[in-house]
This record gives sequence, C-alpha cells and structure tokens, in this order.
Amino acid sequence: MATLFGSGIKRREDPRLITGAATYTDDVKLPGLLYASVLRSTYAHARLKKVDVAKAKRAAGVVAVYTGADIKEKVNPVPCAWNVPNCDLKVPPHPPLAVDTVRYVGDGVALVVAESRAVARDALDLIDVDYEPLDAVVDPEMATKAGAPQLHADVPGNIAFTWKVAGGDADKAFAEAPVKVEQRILQNRLLPTAMEPRAACASYNPGTGQLTAWITSQNPHIHRFLLSVMLKLPEHRIRVIAPEVGGGFGSKIPGYADEALVGFAAMELKRPVKWTEDRSENYKATIHGRDHVQYVELCGTTDGTITGLRTRVYAGLGGYASTAAPGIPTILHGLMCSGPYTIPNISVTVYGVYTTTTPVDAYRGAGRPEATFLLERIINLYAQQIGKDPVEVRKKNLIPKDKFPYTVATGITYDSGDYAGALDKALKLVEYKKFRSEQAKGRKEGRFLGIGVTTYCEICGLGPSQVAGAVGFGGGLYDSALVRVYPTGVVRAYIGAKPHGQGEETTFAQIVADEFGVPIENVEVVAGDTEATPQGWGTYGSRTTAVCGSAVKLAAQRVKEKTKKIAAHLLEASEADLEWKDGKFVVKGSPDKGKTFGELALMANVAWNLPPGVEPGLEATAFFDPSNFVYPFGTHVCTVEVDAETGEVKILRYLAVDDCGPQINPMIVEGQVHGGVVQGLGEALQEMAVYDEEGQLVSGTLMDYAVPKASQMPRIETAHTVTPSPVNPLGVKGVGETGTIASVPTLVNAVCDALAPLGVTHIDKPLTPARVWAAIQQAKGGGR
Amino acid sequence: MKRSITLNVNGAARTVEVEPRTLLVYVLRDELDLTGTHIGCDTSQCGACTVLIDRRAVKSCTVLAVQAEGAEITTIEGLSGDDGLHPLQQAFWDKHGLQCGFCTPGFIMTAVDLLSQNPEPSEVEIRHAIEGNLCRCTGYQNIVAAIQAAAGAKR
Repeated sequence: MATLFGSGIKRREDPRLITGAATYTDDVKLPGLLYASVLRSTYAHARLKKVDVAKAKRAAGVVAVYTGADIKEKVNPVPCAWNVPNCDLKVPPHPPLAVDTVRYVGDGVALVVAESRAVARDALDLIDVDYEPLDAVVDPEMATKAGAPQLHADVPGNIAFTWKVAGGDADKAFAEAPVKVEQRILQNRLLPTAMEPRAACASYNPGTGQLTAWITSQNPHIHRFLLSVMLKLPEHRIRVIAPEVGGGFGSKIPGYADEALVGFAAMELKRPVKWTEDRSENYKATIHGRDHVQYVELCGTTDGTITGLRTRVYAGLGGYASTAAPGIPTILHGLMCSGPYTIPNISVTVYGVYTTTTPVDAYRGAGRPEATFLLERIINLYAQQIGKDPVEVRKKNLIPKDKFPYTVATGITYDSGDYAGALDKALKLVEYKKFRSEQAKGRKEGRFLGIGVTTYCEICGLGPSQVAGAVGFGGGLYDSALVRVYPTGVVRAYIGAKPHGQGEETTFAQIVADEFGVPIENVEVVAGDTEATPQGWGTYGSRTTAVCGSAVKLAAQRVKEKTKKIAAHLLEASEADLEWKDGKFVVKGSPDKGKTFGELALMANVAWNLPPGVEPGLEATAFFDPSNFVYPFGTHVCTVEVDAETGEVKILRYLAVDDCGPQINPMIVEGQVHGGVVQGLGEALQEMAVYDEEGQLVSGTLMDYAVPKASQMPRIETAHTVTPSPVNPLGVKGVGETGTIASVPTLVNAVCDALAPLGVTHIDKPLTPARVWAAIQQAKGGGR
Repeated sequence: MKRSITLNVNGAARTVEVEPRTLLVYVLRDELDLTGTHIGCDTSQCGACTVLIDRRAVKSCTVLAVQAEGAEITTIEGLSGDDGLHPLQQAFWDKHGLQCGFCTPGFIMTAVDLLSQNPEPSEVEIRHAIEGNLCRCTGYQNIVAAIQAAAGAKR
C-alpha cells in the first residue's frame, strides 16, 4: 500500500480558512462580553508622577479602570522563563502595568474595561498621566557605556548578563594566524508582524473557580503556566484555548502582561473580557527581534583554512527580559557560531543589554540567523582578503559527511549532515561557473552582477528536556500526543504542540493514517486546548514535526500494538504469526484470514471479546523526548544585479537547497521555504524597526515598516537533499526557520560581491537603495 | 448617536444600529458575525479586511458603514455558492496558497476583482494587483500560482 508519508497532499485545515469559517481569537464572542484597552506609555523612559483615571471611570459605558498601583498586589510581574545559568543574569521585575517608571514606548500604564471597543478606546484619552521624562538609550552597545541612562537600579551598565562560550584557544590561534579579518555587523531590529495581531479573551466561572482564556498562542500549555503564576490561580483551574492563530514567528511565544490583565479583569468583574491590539499597538507592545551589535574577527591560513573565530556581541533586550529572551542570543546564537564548519578555536562573548525599547525575544530563526549571518559575512571577507573564491573557502572548511555525529568547538554535537552534497547540488543547479564568467563579462560592460552562496546548518527540533533544564529553560522540551480511536474506527490525535500555519493537521494525519491503514479522512488532529491535549511545549524552534510528530508516531504505534493483540485473539493465532498487510492484520500464509483496523477498533471499544489482561478502549498517549536537537542544513544561492547609479538591488535568481531529512509533505516543506526566504529577504533588503534618540518608534505603523510585498519579491527556486536524523523515529529535521537563517547573508553577500570592483566590502542591512548608494559613494571616496 | 442602516450583505438585507463613525469592517465582524473578514492593521496597508463593494475590491477599514448603505457587499462567506467553492477558493487550496490563513480572505477578494477586470493577467500584473495585501507566511509564490490557476480554470 502506498504511504501518505512523502505525499504532497492538499491541506486539511484549508477549507475553513478559505471560506471565512475559521475562528481566530478576536472572533470569539461571549454573552455579556466587555472590551479592554490598554493605555501605553508615550515616553521611552519616565517617572510616573500621576495617573489620574477619575474622568475615564465616570465615562458612560466604562465599567472599570485599573492602574499599576491598583493591581500590583493582585497580579504578579511578567516572568522571564529562560534563566540562562553562569552569566550573572539579572531580571528586574516587569510589572504588568507600570507602577513608578515606564521603560519603553508601549509599556502599559492603565487598563480600561468598557461595554464596547470604541468606548474602551475613547476612555484612554480621558486618563491624565503626568510623566517626568528620563533619558532614553536605544542602542545596546551605547547602553553599556559609562554615563548611559540606567534603566534598572540593580543592573549596573544595563548589562543583564555576560555570557561566554569558548573552545580550543582562540587567542593563540589569532596570535599565530597569518590572516585576520574583522567586521562590525549590525543586526537590524525587526518587527515580527504576524498578520493577526495579538488578542485575548477571558471568561471566569465563579462557581467552579475556572478561568478560560482564549489567547493568540504558539504554546497554550506554557501560557497556562505563565497565567497561573501571574494571576496566582492554580494551573488546573486555567484552561487556555489557542483557536485559529494567524501566524506567530515567535511573537506569540512569550507571556505578556495584556493576556494576564484580561484574565484579571474577567475574574474581578465576573464578566468575559476581550482585548485585541491594533497594528500600531502591536509594533510597540509585542516583542521585536534581532537587534545585535556584533564585533566579529576570523583568522586563518593563506590557503583558506579557518583557524579561529572571536566575537563580541551586544544583544538588545529592550526594557525588560521577555519570556525566552536570555536564551536567544546565547544558547541559540552563541553555541551556533561554528556553523557547518570545522573551526577549532572559538571564543564568543555576548552581553545582554537593557535599552529603553520594546522587549526583544524570539523571532523566526531566533539567534541562528544572527550567528549564520556573522559567520557567512566574515568568511566572504576572509576569502576576499586571501584572493580565493568564497565557495572554495567554504568547501575547505565544511564538516565532512563521514564525521557525524560531530562536536564543534562550542561544545554541541550535530546529528547528521552532508553539507558538501547540498553545496554541490546548489552550484550545479545555479550554474555557478557560468555565472562567474557572465559576471566577468558584465563587469567589462559596466554591469554589477553578484552572487552569494551560503552554506548553513542550524539547531532546531528543541530539544532534549535534560538539556533544556541544564541551560535554564523554565520548562521541558518533550512533546506529546494522545491518539484516540472511536468505536467506528475514526481517529483523533490530540497534540501538545500548537501549529499556526505550518500544516501539521495534515502532516500528522498522514503519519496516523499510514500507521493504521485508514483513509486520511478518518483522522483528525486537534491542537490548542489545554483541556483536551496532553502537556506539551508548543510550536517554535522548528520542533513540532521532529518532537511532537514523533510522539504522534509513537502513540499510534502503541494503539496498533494493542490491536495486534486483539487480532491475534480473534484470529486464534499467536501475535508472532500475524503480519500487517494492506490495512489488515492477517495470519501469515493465509491472507484471507484477517482483521481490518476498523474491525479491531470496534472490538476494542465494545469489549465483547478481548484477550485476557487486555483493557477495553483504544487510545494511547506518548511523550517523546528526543536524545538530541536536529541540525538541518543546506545551501542557498542568490544572484543579483545592482544599479550603481541608484543603489537598487535586483534579484536575478534565488535558489534554496535545504535538507530537512525525509519530507512528510513536500508541498508544505516548499511553502515553508518560500515564506522563510521572503521573510529573510525583507530583513536583508528593507525591514528595520527604527527608534529615534528619544526612544520613539519611528517605524511604528505598517505604513512605515516595510513588510515585503508581492511585487518586490522574486520567485524562489527550491531543491533538497535528504539526510535523515538519527535522533527521532521519523528521521525528520525542521524546516520552519531555515529560510530566514540562510537567506539574509546570501543576499547581502551577493550585493557585496557585485560591488567589490568599486571597493565596497560591507554594507549594513537592510540594503535599501539609499544605503547601497551611500556605500558606493563612500567606497569611491566621495564621502556620504 | 446611533442610526439605523440597512446593508445588502451577501445577498441579504441586514439592518443594524451603528454610530456614524463605525467602520464597515467592525459592523461586518461585530454586528453581523461575518468574522471571515479580518483586521491586520490600522493604516489600510494589509488588505486582510478586503471585501467586494459593488463587485470591486475595497478595504472595509477605509469605509464607514453608513457609506455602504445601498451598496452590494460581498464577504468571503458569500463567495462560495450552492455549487461549492469559488474557483479562487479552490485554487488557493489546490496550490497551497495559504498557511495561517489570516490574510487569505482578503487576498481571495482582491483576486476576484482582479480576474473580473483582467481575466488573463501576467505574473507581473498579478503581483502588482495584490500589492495592497500583505502575507507573512507564503512568500506570495503560491498565492500567485493560485491566482494563475484560477485564471486558467476560468478560460
């Protein structure tokens, strides 16, 4: 029987999405519903002298108004849940509404609850706040300098942590190396911009003491725990439902004050309360991504062997440490600084720095894009310095495929890989040599053609829970599935993760239908309700398929083992004499004598004739905890032409060769690559969250923040190689973030390659025409 | 001060009490429970709220509900008929033209308008026509493919 695994079948979640029948959080409507709105600081840094809500409270339709002072005994601070050890981490409390100081534009100051959205919004204007402005600091490096404004009394120099990792002896390598290159690199701050803004709706039942909270969440079980902490309500009295979720990209992982405030108001007022941010609010109140200042040095031989890497990174955290923030620039960035290369000597220092800006946390790729970019960029500068082709330098330093599992100098062990295989495939598809000759010809004609080639690997499939504990992650990283078979043979899989666009309602059903030999129509996957699903840890870090999908596989196998026992009993055969063939257990040698999965499901559920010792019912729960992370890899190539007169970058081709192991649904994998690459090209070409010196978010609306449009983006060519991972039963790796990880340096290296004849060596992204043009002028000696 | 208006939505007359300042998108979502029309921004950039007004694609966050009185409004809920999915809905499904689905109704409505004006658009024309709709998941490639497929199916 043909398997569904590997088949690009259409998605099963789509019919409700294309007909408007899906329910997102803001679509939830309850009897007696109230609407909440949050007054947010207009200053980046100020003392709160007075918050006068009297007038707002008196307004018609306003039900309640709360200030930080009103709730400080009732709602606990927003917790940070990734307390990375051995880095002297300092996490000052983050009050859900500011009490005496605001620390970023968007910091919550008061909560209004009213009978309608409009009344709640209008009432914000009736609140009188007296701010005493303090100095702002928005640049993470500047914030550490003497004399910089201090955000928190107990955090000298605004340094939240100093984290180091080292392997080999980098200082010795640099002392001895004949070639050294260095570059200061800026990782532009980004606005995640999930198309659905955040929302929360809460309903409290005073009779049962149960709070139900609908939240735009990538990880409902984590949000249940965080709400429990903030609301001082036992975890078993909280039900979190993440209904349809309209994208997340990391921004719907953290615990936020707003969701807790909605729960608090629902409990206080004994009426359901809903809050939905608008986009401008989202840009101030929902986490940002990246924001590093990186000092990068690489050393090596004159023939292209890399011998050492040294980095010093200032990672902006914003005004407070968001839920996972400390782990992003350290564990997910610092440990990945060897990339796919055999670099024997590495030294990484990361400063986490508080600035008067919106908190920074995981954004698609989360740490790995920042590591991949610094490495790929500095390798090109090294190749340029020694006069070698950057592809040849990469080839010389890639970890060979027969060396896996391979432990890099930062101490982590990669599971499997064939890095050169993916590179060779990409070079062939893109006709690398041919392009180089066209480029040479073009240069003679005054055309600026360039090519960027990125070889990457990344850490995902988060991850072994033991490692999570060791690195201070405040939870486990296993995941779960409950596979329940109904008397009529239809199946539901309740999963601990929470897909929000990645298509696991389809891919996980493919796994189950294959295991049971039933039509996929008979299988449904349920996610996003803590009352129905077993404990899980959510969808992020490209973990859902590798970890939760493996739990689905294991739970289905357990169910099937039970049906085999029942089949043996009914067929009066020993289990050893049975085989699974064409959707039935049959007695070996007599294929006519068999029991289908449907027949066995019925018998298990009615229990009329079960073998001794077998319980009625047919369901199994599995918790899968992987033995290691997975490390997908690949090669991305981009060719560009730059207009040296205007600085405009035109993408000629973009090719992604990715290896995420065996693909359950190649159509969905390809979609993940398309989306990730375009998101990365946005970062490389046009996206940047800009603060002015006073800490005002200048790019504070979707009018000012340049999310890529269809007309600005190229077609993406995709190809793949297949290298299974040994760390999970499916052999799969993640593919949700490879696009943003690989595409950014690919584009920037292509542009720098194009402009090399003009003497341009580096341009800080995003590569807007103005920046490219300025870099050309500067290289020509014309100044800015 | 609220006033009573009658809107013609998906072929039915619906009478609602609204404040004159209320945007059409809020009336569709909050008063008429047509929550397939989404709100992704507050500056009319994202296009998630796109509906058809007198058969042309309009961002329903740019229209006051009172302005839409008397017009023929079609939302995503009104697109599929008794004979099943609209060809564009079918094409978005067939071509994996959506991931999280939040922007999808707006894209489909914009594409309905495009194909009614230009039944055989080139890729460049499609990409230009959907500039007013933002998608963060798909990279647009399969949205373009879906619109091309629907155009092909119509021919």
